[in-house]
Amino acid sequence: MAVRDITLGQYFPGESCIHRLDPRVKIVCTFVYLISLFVVKSFSAFLLCILFLGTVIALSKIPFKFISKGLKPVIFLIILTMVINLFFVSTGDVLAKLGPITITKDGIYRALFMGLRLVLLIFGSSLMTLTTKPIELTDGMEKLLSPLAKIGLPAHELAMMMTIALRFIPTLLDETDKIMKAQTARGADFENGSIKEKAKALIPLLVPLFVSAFRIAGDLAMAMEARCYHGGSGRTRMHQMKLGKGDAVAIAVTVIYLALVILSRQLPLL
Amino acid sequence: MASDPMIQLKDVRFAYEQGEDDTPQAAEFAIDGVSFNIEKGSFVAIVGSNGSGKSTLAKHMNALLLPTSGEVLVDDLNTVTESQTQPWEIRKRVGMVFQNPDNQLVSSVVEDDVAFGPENIGIEPSEIRRRVDESLQMVGMYEHRKKGPHLLSGGQKQRIAIAGVIAMDPECVVFDEPTAMLDPKGRREIMSIIRKLHSQGRTVVLITHFMEEAAEADRIIIMEHGKVHADGTPAQIFSRDDLGVLALPFAVKMAKRLRQSGIDVPADIVTDEQLADFLCSKEQG
Ligand SMILES: Nc1ncnc2c1ncn2[C@@H]1O[C@H](COP(=O)(O)OP(=O)(O)O)[C@@H](O)[C@H]1O
Ligand SMILES: [Mg+2]
Repeated sequence: MAVRDITLGQYFPGESCIHRLDPRVKIVCTFVYLISLFVVKSFSAFLLCILFLGTVIALSKIPFKFISKGLKPVIFLIILTMVINLFFVSTGDVLAKLGPITITKDGIYRALFMGLRLVLLIFGSSLMTLTTKPIELTDGMEKLLSPLAKIGLPAHELAMMMTIALRFIPTLLDETDKIMKAQTARGADFENGSIKEKAKALIPLLVPLFVSAFRIAGDLAMAMEARCYHGGSGRTRMHQMKLGKGDAVAIAVTVIYLALVILSRQLPLL
Repeated sequence: MASDPMIQLKDVRFAYEQGEDDTPQAAEFAIDGVSFNIEKGSFVAIVGSNGSGKSTLAKHMNALLLPTSGEVLVDDLNTVTESQTQPWEIRKRVGMVFQNPDNQLVSSVVEDDVAFGPENIGIEPSEIRRRVDESLQMVGMYEHRKKGPHLLSGGQKQRIAIAGVIAMDPECVVFDEPTAMLDPKGRREIMSIIRKLHSQGRTVVLITHFMEEAAEADRIIIMEHGKVHADGTPAQIFSRDDLGVLALPFAVKMAKRLRQSGIDVPADIVTDEQLADFLCSKEQG
């Protein structure tokens, strides 16, 4: 059982103009896009969203099948949402009636509408994680949140926690693999048995894993102190984030897009 | 030059657990009355069996631990008083490399990890960039700068850890068994970097249990039960007959055998290289 095969984050390496955007710009633009999906009132206005998303996907040069992979873990949720809307919206022309359940024209409309919104939501957010390294996202978050440090939000500390988590996920996966092998050699069985037995089999895995995680944490804290770490104050960063031309274009396009989406609510023909 | 100490230990005692009411018993001291100086630019090896207090002593050299009694001066700064305000003033002078390469790297990108130390002491971004590139080149890991540490071997990770320390430009580097978890190839690479650091004029303290590595130092200190058991040049140390469990380096054993069979090998020959050079000159002469 190769625990290492679990992919971390889902960064898709590339050099496209979307990859090269400043992570802060990507976070903000993604956020705006996600909000825009909730501003949209009609199918025709979704065309705007699809156009925007489609352009970004094309620019990112990421194969569509990678992006659609993001749907897999939530496909059930999407279907459930659609089914609920389909069966429980009771306004509009009735098309069919099965006992207490009525299927109406409005219901079909709502189901498709919600489904499309969720799909666009997932595509948009996975596009951000596909084109940005996790460490860049972390740095971007830290920068964006740093003004909130004044009101007590520990922006630096949160970012440092994320950085360390990213660094040690592979280490802990390795450790898990090692312990699993050691316990299997002692006769533990992680593969077979009922759910209850499987859960029980996890105890001899989790206990050593926690011990080792605490040991690593102790060592790392010592090493960080030895390297002069004393929190975020007085700390500089090697990577300076600078907004470039591409970032300006991205912001401009996103603002225009948002304006159009808001306008689309006013225009009855859209 | 003769007395320009980098680190001064003055009757240092340290107990990990201190009772609230009574002072710790002698047996509880991990470090028990240690006094010595480490001169600037010297290369000192510290050896001793497991639990003899080497790591505890090392952590006193950059204020990671503070003495229970006695005092430690780093570049004439007292670690106790300095720690109250700015312990990093000590730690940027004395860098430290630990045994486990995995547990001392902070970032999931090699170059970001090397930048961590300089960032903490508030160096200018462009200067950090320069130092990061320079130290990565020095340890021969420049081409791996964008990788994740989990893709590197133990020896490579340890080289990154060393680069991270060099990037802070410390006067002194303390290595706590840096090769203990590495294969022979990784060990050789780390030793050659340590030699390079020493030749740059930096003070090097190397804790090791490989006597071959200790033989390369100018001075060896043997620790036992938290006390200094012996202190001298490699030649002096290896001629003692109370080394206990510590195995002599191969070159010293070889020299002894050669002496027994009538070849007069000088006592100051302690490394393989010195022995090889001596034997070759013998051949020609
Ligand atoms: N964190 C700790 N807490 C309590 N005792 C410790 C701790 N670390 C080391 N010791 C004890 O201090 C003594 C010296 O340990 P250490 O300095 O690690 O020796 P060495 O590095 O030579 O193997 C040992 O007896 C050890 O058990
Ligand atoms: Mg030790």
